[in-house]
Amino acid sequence: MEAVEALEILSPGPLTTVQDLGRYGCGRYGVAPSGALDSLSLRIANLLVGNPEGEAGLEITLLGLKARALIDLAVAVTGGDLQPQLNEKSLTMWRLHEIRKGDILSFKAATSGFRSYLALGGGICVPAVMGSKSTNLSSGFGGFKGRPLQKGDVLLCNSPHLYLNQAEKVFDVKRIPAYPREWGLRVLFGPQDDHFTQKVRDSFLNASYTVSSNSDRTGIRLDGPSIRKLEGMEDSIISEGVIYGTIQIPGDGQPIIILGETVTGGYRKIATVIRADIPLLGQVKPGEEVRFYQVSMEKALESFRETEEMIARFKEGI
Amino acid sequence: MGDRGLLVELGDEISPSVNRKVRELFITLEDSAIDGILEAVPSYRSLLLVYEPLKVSLSTLKKTIGELQNTLDRSKIPEPKKLEIPVVYGGEYGPDLEWVARYHKISPEEAVKRHTENIYQVYMIGFTPGFAYMGELPENIATPRRETPRTAIPAGSVGIAQKETGIYPVASPAGWQIIGRTPLKLFDEKRKPPALMEMGDRIQFFSIKEEEMSQWKR
Repeated sequence: MEAVEALEILSPGPLTTVQDLGRYGCGRYGVAPSGALDSLSLRIANLLVGNPEGEAGLEITLLGLKARALIDLAVAVTGGDLQPQLNEKSLTMWRLHEIRKGDILSFKAATSGFRSYLALGGGICVPAVMGSKSTNLSSGFGGFKGRPLQKGDVLLCNSPHLYLNQAEKVFDVKRIPAYPREWGLRVLFGPQDDHFTQKVRDSFLNASYTVSSNSDRTGIRLDGPSIRKLEGMEDSIISEGVIYGTIQIPGDGQPIIILGETVTGGYRKIATVIRADIPLLGQVKPGEEVRFYQVSMEKALESFRETEEMIARFKEGI
Repeated sequence: MGDRGLLVELGDEISPSVNRKVRELFITLEDSAIDGILEAVPSYRSLLLVYEPLKVSLSTLKKTIGELQNTLDRSKIPEPKKLEIPVVYGGEYGPDLEWVARYHKISPEEAVKRHTENIYQVYMIGFTPGFAYMGELPENIATPRRETPRTAIPAGSVGIAQKETGIYPVASPAGWQIIGRTPLKLFDEKRKPPALMEMGDRIQFFSIKEEEMSQWKR
């Protein structure tokens, strides 16, 4: 099938990248997963436009993307509310829209959440590198030429489609995740929680942290009460693998929540955000507040199962 | 680690023998292709498994790993590969070579000799794609990190930090003492495997002249 020019970038905003659900299986080569930080929103956006849920879409950070449709297209916008507009009129999120050649899609600025996801019916035609279309920013491969989108870039679509089925494609408003300014993230302790006293672990759970402006796709950096390791321990540990949501405590005691651009780390890991809350990490914005809550493994898995079942039901209904 | 990571710890120190155990388990695990494992990241002393909790339970995974460890057959583990890495030492390619030499009160030539006369083991690939952490450097060349990290160094830069040596695959900030540069491409996403070095490999550096660099570029 011949790829056709589908979307022209008029203004990229501070960071807009092509992401799918991530690149797994290459950790042994030091290759991080990358991928949509809010994977739930990308999956829903894809399903709304009739794509497989793991297709690549655009991850738009904070504000500013402006793009022109070069053909008639099915689109959906999910995730953080960046005030999307179609031809300067407000565009409803979490539902399918059919837009026309020449239409202008734009995003003003985040009123809630941090990252929006734009899916195009037919997906984005970029080569899969090591099995994924996600952009690896540190090494500059994958996604669109291994880099954030720039003005003038034209995205290709392999098999663009409008959704011809007349049924209304919309995600249940009740199921749209809330993106508060004060976040409660659920965690499980370990693997190095024993490098901290019980008192310090308690204060980690009782504290409120402010999200630092140094945060990026590598990690959410937090400012707040310092988490002190046990007396006599060195600042760093022997480097080892980390996963999405791992909370590292560096020498200065300020927690860092690892996101998608790192595969190893040399700081002790006090706890890890549970799978069900991982998509929320993509919506945590600098300046907002974060608190951690301890849950049981059973509760963590139950929440994850509920989310997956919800997505499966939505998929069936579409 | 959380509700989808299992950290298998095989020791508590940086040592060739602990690292060999990690490699043996990692290779055995790769060969047995357990369903539900999304990712395996071997490092100095541990093996991180990222699994899909709705496909495989933690208890099943732990049991399977335990069985693999008990029945592990060393004779089936392939020997690590040996690689020789050309490096242009000093000058603009290795701006910290003189500092490293002064630190040990030796000539830059002697520092190069000491860096090239040992065979190092790749303990882990991490930090950035293709970055190999290698050791162990003898005391007579081991050097602390730079007090002030450099904000940008070119791809291929060879560095020293304490008892470890490594090569930066892409241009990046660097806190290690940069003593030289290799013309080899450490990481290429189009290559299979993409990283030149793998955990467990045996590495020896050798000194080349600046004008020889081009013949090593591929």
